[in-house]
Amino acid sequence: MNKAVTFTLNGKKITREFPCDLFLLEALREMGCKSVKRGCETSACGLCTVWLDEKPVLSCTTLAVRADGHRITTLEGLQDEARIIGGYLADEGGEQCGFCSPGLIMNILSMEKAFPELNPSEAEIRHYLEGNLCRCSGYESHIRAVTHYFAAKRAERDAGKEETK
Amino acid sequence: MSSPKPTKLVGGRIRKKDWEALTTGQPVYTDDIAPENCLIVKLLRSPHAHARIRSINTVIAKKVPGVEAVYTWEDVPQKRFTLAGQTYPEPSAYDRLILDREVRHVGDPVAIIAAETEEAALKAVKLVKVDYEILPAVLDFHTAKDNPVLVHPEENWKVLCEVGADNKRNLVASGCMEEGDPEAVYAACAYKVDETYHTKANQQAMMETFRTWCQKDVYGRLMVVSSTQIVFHLRRILSGALDIPKSKIRVLKPRIGGGFGAKQTSVSEIYPAFVTWKTGKPSKLVYTRYESQIASSPRHEMELRVRAGADKNGKLKVLMVHTLSNSGAYAEHGPTTVGLSGHKSIPLYQTDAYRFSYDVVYTNRMSSGAYRGYGATQGIFAVESAIDELVKKMGDDPVAFRLRNMTREGDKMPAYYGETSLSNKLDACLEKAADMIGWKDKYPRRVLENGHIRGVGLALDMQGSGISGVDVGSVTIRVMDDGGYNMLLGCADMGTGCDTILAQMAADMLDCPLENIAVFSADTDLSPYDSGSYASSTTYITGMACVKCCKELIGKIIATAAEMLDKPADALEFDGEKVFVSDSPDQSVDLHQISYHAQCGSNSPLEATASHFSPTSPPPWMCGAAEVDIDPETGAIKVVEFDAAVDCGTVVNENLARVQAEGGILQGIGMATIEDIVYDEKGRDMSNSFMQYRLPTKEDFGKIRVEFCPSYEPTGPFGAKSIGEVVINTPSPAIANAVENAIGVRFRELPITPEKILTALREKENVR
Repeated sequence: MNKAVTFTLNGKKITREFPCDLFLLEALREMGCKSVKRGCETSACGLCTVWLDEKPVLSCTTLAVRADGHRITTLEGLQDEARIIGGYLADEGGEQCGFCSPGLIMNILSMEKAFPELNPSEAEIRHYLEGNLCRCSGYESHIRAVTHYFAAKRAERDAGKEETK
Repeated sequence: MSSPKPTKLVGGRIRKKDWEALTTGQPVYTDDIAPENCLIVKLLRSPHAHARIRSINTVIAKKVPGVEAVYTWEDVPQKRFTLAGQTYPEPSAYDRLILDREVRHVGDPVAIIAAETEEAALKAVKLVKVDYEILPAVLDFHTAKDNPVLVHPEENWKVLCEVGADNKRNLVASGCMEEGDPEAVYAACAYKVDETYHTKANQQAMMETFRTWCQKDVYGRLMVVSSTQIVFHLRRILSGALDIPKSKIRVLKPRIGGGFGAKQTSVSEIYPAFVTWKTGKPSKLVYTRYESQIASSPRHEMELRVRAGADKNGKLKVLMVHTLSNSGAYAEHGPTTVGLSGHKSIPLYQTDAYRFSYDVVYTNRMSSGAYRGYGATQGIFAVESAIDELVKKMGDDPVAFRLRNMTREGDKMPAYYGETSLSNKLDACLEKAADMIGWKDKYPRRVLENGHIRGVGLALDMQGSGISGVDVGSVTIRVMDDGGYNMLLGCADMGTGCDTILAQMAADMLDCPLENIAVFSADTDLSPYDSGSYASSTTYITGMACVKCCKELIGKIIATAAEMLDKPADALEFDGEKVFVSDSPDQSVDLHQISYHAQCGSNSPLEATASHFSPTSPPPWMCGAAEVDIDPETGAIKVVEFDAAVDCGTVVNENLARVQAEGGILQGIGMATIEDIVYDEKGRDMSNSFMQYRLPTKEDFGKIRVEFCPSYEPTGPFGAKSIGEVVINTPSPAIANAVENAIGVRFRELPITPEKILTALREKENVR
């Protein structure tokens, strides 16, 4: 059975018919969002992370029809932000094969909302990003990259405050 | 003013050349670029560990709308081959067919289904009716040798190399080598250890599962796009499997989502290749994680008996290793992985005598394959555990004993093919790692206020750099007409960064910025021959090919300039931008002019190709030190700190080398403490998802720290050796040693889980 759904994908309004048992991961890849990757079938790896109304969800276990009336964001819609975080990862060599990078970066970006002070501790970074598996890096480079990224974000914010004074 | 000379790139912290595409999620992996009209290929897999197919009925399956083809053993060529990606003649026996009438493990393919949609393919899989004659299975590798049940009884089973294989004895390989009189030396030792260690099969678990798509090109040739480490071996394997000429096959690899050796076996390619060759239509096969867990190419399970003996002065006199290795249903990488379990563990030490003997057996389990470390990981776990056990018996200190007995620069290594260690900072690595972990303060154990017990342990480690005398790396470089360069490679950057590392070397050789080197890899129609990226070979072997290629190219650039300037070549110099007359630098032609000259009225292209093989395989060296935290109430174990010092020769790119080390160490921590492929009594793999086969996360360990103690390898490019594999070997023995130091219990089987720790602690209490 199919159902017509209307949703916003990366800022663009779309109406589509989806089979009711189709998962968002497959739907997004079919619509050209190839940054969304499948790494497992058990919601264990975090590769397929996208945003549903700016909140991270695993698209492998989110039905496509759930997008109805919502905003879906993938890395295709966050290219400038991805490039900035990507630079921090690359400065540590942390992207390695890159297959987990899109899901990881989606979650790093959502950390900014979870930590409005932009000051997560190392333990908080490890905990928040625990669901993003990576087999190449041993994670230490991710931690370094995220730490540097937030330090830069704080500096940017503080510089902004200086200016408004 | 000309721009300042570029700084030297080798040794720098350089971003990977593909970083931006990878981190912005561009469609660069195999499945991202597959044609939309691909037939979807699915495999029907055996539910039995060992069975013979009496009959298969595909009539109903073929009637499913959208099904293009259903193939069974009756449809495929009957010439056997191996899926192991090794240089011809492969040491692994030719024991495979695309589909066989006899199935040898749960998950062995029985039928290939190709359909227009995944739904139709999956429906058809369920509708193929198979009548199996269930055969007794060999599930315990201890009983495999000379078992009346044969895994490969077939008459057309074949070996190309003398590896001591015998299919009528379930033997994939066997052998023995020794020097000195090990039994006599052992008998005379004051201190002895004779223990047996057991390492389990582990999954590489790269994030991108096995996948391949195929289509026929405009000339009717088979084009195979696959996530593979071995494009050229794959072309040969497909040629044998499909029984078609190599010249009819072209293999390409796009970006690879991790490999770790898994993709040194052509796990997924033969099925869509067969479909496309037969139907003429594009097809693709993407393994599910389930399939990647149950029918792939994991690490060989090994049981290793180590006998080590020392004299009363604390001098290690002898090491003997006997390895029993479980190759599973097929021989892939069986004869070679076992070799490393002795050849890359025994040479850590200088002894009067050694012996290394082994049996590799067939069983009715998933075939094993190549996994980072490739047998050295297993051997080093055993030897470095045994050394600590010996040290305990002697009342010696683990650091002092190792410093007294280790192999040092200039030492000959009889068990390492008689090679001499020309570059070796193992002593510095040991001292550095012990210092980093705080050995003096923490050894052997501390009890924390919360009752947890902390222990420290360490281990030494080595690997190789390429396969000496066998594997070949090649590089082609062409001058573009804007003065930049195309670099064509046949090796495989699977996230390791070798495209970038080789570009760094080329840029330094050619005296140009990194951006001037445009890297391409890999396509069997375009790339120069390269064995592929495995055996820690690319930086060392292909790196030397790159250095040679640049030298040759500079010669051609100067030769072309010599024509233009009407001067002898030996009167000219190349500075990366122009060729000038040595004693009259004003007379010059720049690279643009030279490249245009080569394109107009010229008989010689401005390009060079160089190949390299090495008669030696210089070991990188390492010391890893672990601090474990054990909760005696629950048995919970956490590696709170892992410190490592690595001698990989010259560090070509510090970022990438560091991440290789950190990533390898965490994989090793996973092997030591969590990861295990568990089979049930019927031979079914129960570790068939990331829920059952858990990988380490960011919260499963405390801290991993890596330092480098670089030596200079005279036979390597810029003094470099390898880093990719050596980094996975120390966690298992260092953690086992740390656990014994913490709680006084020696674990000789991996993984060391909370259940095993708690059981052991309870038993210890009961004994008291």
